[in-house]
Amino acid sequence: MAKSNETLLKVRGLKIEGRSDETWNQIVNGVDIDLNKGEVLGLIGESGAGKSTVGLASMGFTRDGCRISDGSVEFDGIDLVGASAAVKRGLLGKRIAYVAQSAAASFNPAHKLIDQHSEGPTQHRVMSKAESEKDGMELYRKLRLPDPDNIGFRYPHQVSGGQLQRAMTAMAMACRPDLIIFDEPTTALDVTTQIEVLASIREIVEEYDTAAIYITHDLAVVAQMADKIKVLLKGDEVEEADTRTMLSDPQKDYTKSLWAVRSFQRPQKPHVATDATPVISVQNVTAAYGVVPVLHDVSFDIHQGRTVAVVGESGSGKSTTARCITGLLPPKQGHIEFDGKAMPLDYRKRSKDQLRQAQMIYQMADTALNPRKSIGEIIGRPVEFYMGLKGAEKRRRVDELLEQIELEPSQYYNRLPSELSGGQKQRIGIARALAAEPKFIICDEVTSALDQLVAEGILKLLAKLQDELKLSYMFITHDLATVRSIADEVVVMKDGEVVEQGPKNDMFQPPHHPYTDLLLSSVPEMDPDWLTNLLNERGVDNIGDAAVGKMS
Amino acid sequence: MNTFLTLLIAVAVCVPLGWVFRAGMQSVTSNAQKWRDMPLSVAWGYVLGAGILAWLAYTYYLAVTAERTPVDTYFFFRNAVHGFVIFAVAAWAFRLLGRHVGTEGTKKLFRSMPVTASFGILVILLYAIVSIFAGAIAPFGQEEVLANANVVPGGNPAVGGDPAYPLGTDQIGRDILSRLIYGAQNTVGIAFVTTLLAFFIGGSLGFLAATLQGTLDQVISRGVDVLMAIPALIFALLLMTIATVWANELGVNRTYFMVVIIAVIDSTRVFRLARAVGLNIVVMDYIEAAKLRGEGLGYLIFKEILPNATAPLLAEFGLRFCFVFLTIASLSFLGVGIQPPLADWGTMVKDLAQFINFAAFAPQVASAPLLAAGAIALLTVAVNFVVDWMLHKSSGLKE
Repeated sequence: MAKSNETLLKVRGLKIEGRSDETWNQIVNGVDIDLNKGEVLGLIGESGAGKSTVGLASMGFTRDGCRISDGSVEFDGIDLVGASAAVKRGLLGKRIAYVAQSAAASFNPAHKLIDQHSEGPTQHRVMSKAESEKDGMELYRKLRLPDPDNIGFRYPHQVSGGQLQRAMTAMAMACRPDLIIFDEPTTALDVTTQIEVLASIREIVEEYDTAAIYITHDLAVVAQMADKIKVLLKGDEVEEADTRTMLSDPQKDYTKSLWAVRSFQRPQKPHVATDATPVISVQNVTAAYGVVPVLHDVSFDIHQGRTVAVVGESGSGKSTTARCITGLLPPKQGHIEFDGKAMPLDYRKRSKDQLRQAQMIYQMADTALNPRKSIGEIIGRPVEFYMGLKGAEKRRRVDELLEQIELEPSQYYNRLPSELSGGQKQRIGIARALAAEPKFIICDEVTSALDQLVAEGILKLLAKLQDELKLSYMFITHDLATVRSIADEVVVMKDGEVVEQGPKNDMFQPPHHPYTDLLLSSVPEMDPDWLTNLLNERGVDNIGDAAVGKMS
Repeated sequence: MNTFLTLLIAVAVCVPLGWVFRAGMQSVTSNAQKWRDMPLSVAWGYVLGAGILAWLAYTYYLAVTAERTPVDTYFFFRNAVHGFVIFAVAAWAFRLLGRHVGTEGTKKLFRSMPVTASFGILVILLYAIVSIFAGAIAPFGQEEVLANANVVPGGNPAVGGDPAYPLGTDQIGRDILSRLIYGAQNTVGIAFVTTLLAFFIGGSLGFLAATLQGTLDQVISRGVDVLMAIPALIFALLLMTIATVWANELGVNRTYFMVVIIAVIDSTRVFRLARAVGLNIVVMDYIEAAKLRGEGLGYLIFKEILPNATAPLLAEFGLRFCFVFLTIASLSFLGVGIQPPLADWGTMVKDLAQFINFAAFAPQVASAPLLAAGAIALLTVAVNFVVDWMLHKSSGLKE
């Protein structure tokens, strides 16, 4: 890629303050950015590092309750911090565009895609409506959206998440801007969808020689996209280097620890004895939501002290299987055995002890913990409910549980969930499950909403607890890196059926079922050439969702 | 037509004035961001606002200097301005007091409070004190018939007042001030009890419907739809007419029937809200976790759902209180609400209503029915201000 050396964006000593508790607190402490025309900068860091705030500030924009307190943002010689609203109006959308994380939330559901697409060009008088619509179809074709001539006449809810994200990229491209800010555009997507979006974004950015700032917390993704990477930590710049140098030779400890996250891996456990009774046995379960069938003849076993990872993309029936096991969705056929004995299908018919034995940890810790209850109450309730402990005894047990999840009891007992970080909330979710002293825990995407460093901490904690308490886990995930680090056995699901199952080591070695193979190959790797190689090897039509479509 | 044309011209003239004003401010402040990015429409608003203020000030000047005999033309305007200023200053002082006295929590609360909210809280507190200590504050009894009937409010003997009765007396010679004070006790107290009852009925049914869903939800919701389809006031009137017959047969005070009837009618609105709020909460994972733990219905509703629904329910409580209060006043005005000799604001407005015809030539006389009406309006406005503020706070909006 030939890069001009003309500086497009120059940010100097950018400081941003956010208002909370009646005072202004500094959240970004002096960040410098230099971006040349046609260059892609990757901004990475954990949540709260100020990635998105910096990204928006480089458009001269701050969210409500934030302000730029110091520093300059210069775009192509224009000072954006001091620019008048009229000047900014002329730039934003036309020369600087923004692609948000959730395309579904960013499109207006009341208008057709193409109408929203052509709004920018017509407003900025770049193109007429007809020209812009024609150009939109061309962009849709380039981004490999299906049926590019007609898809624009659909409403946002009529296309899938990955397609919507690509339509949004097309919309950002509509005025052929010089700079696009991508704010975590693939974080909410499945791996197989993500790879398609990544490939199309990269291609179109290269084709029009657009400069871009790519914000993400996924290192492997940024390795594919960016020419250079900047690492942020709590509003401070940690280091910046071009992608290859950064990956092969990080300088700072923090960067090294980020890079090392994916190395956590548990050794494969020996095979279970063939005559052992599984803790949970799912037997020929077929289930449906109303008349819509979701699961077809699903069977697998989970043994004591083992972790079974259930993988598959969204809609494959992973979570539905969990709902069948917990009894929230009684299966139409088949049954669930616990320690060799069949359990009632509906949770309301199960005894208190049966309910106690199978606990659940949720994906979104925010919605899994009652925001109006203190940590002590949240963990204390199952202790009181199942064990009948009260007063000082209950308090002692809760303290013990808090110690198990590595949180200081005296400090956290009286806090509300809103006063905890995402990782700490997830730990409370684990403690609530442990409080019931179960044999079996369902972990539903417990790490997917967390930053990688935090997620690694949670995985290590779960592994430690499993060894100490002989717990069995059913680990629902779509992240194969997680599977690699914690699972003993793997179950691959697709369209409500079990496609393949077996011990972890066998699953990560060929031969695979073609779908397993596709899932495995779609997981981005840290190698910056990975996507290029994969595209060369397979061709654009044989990756991601397109390939899934061919399979069925 | 002429007035309309004048108004239209005044509004149009503000447009170029707004442009001049903005340009002037830009050059004075050397293009500060606020003035630089100001749209013309906002500048127009500033000029128009300033114009209206100037016109008010001029009218007030006329009102203060004008002759008050034989007819005090500016009586209502002058008193409205005085009332507004007094309440604004009181609210501002009350907020200042709150910022310096009290615990750290209340101080912080008062710091983030708009003046409108502190006005609302002040008025609600005043009403609460007046209604609780009515017996001690009121100079006369609410049923006491005094020597002079139809004493004009204001206490000025020159226009038919009497300093002994600062707000005058009604047609049969009862002191209006005392009746206003007792009216606070009766009207506000009954409205409060009614609203509580409405929330108890509507809230529990709403949460029950949201938690259990299915057939029960359908049955209750359709029942509520039927009740809501009938215009509330007419329905209440109809039921009150029936209740009057029963009340006489059973020898029970009619007021109890009124409380139950209004509570049931208003509980339908509370039900709708509680069900909608509850439905948003029951889909949360922590409710699922509690269900899977094997918790009973009572724990789910009172320990898991209710604490998360308090903010919208409290806001609704304020609004609902206003509506109930107005309904009681309306029913009393129509003659089926709170019965004499108990003092009630609605009845007082009705009894004195014909005096409003004197407004053009004897404003003091016409103010008699407006006192009770004003008491109702003041409380309604105050409650709404507080509710607005609470909604704003609970929605997490930043300015």
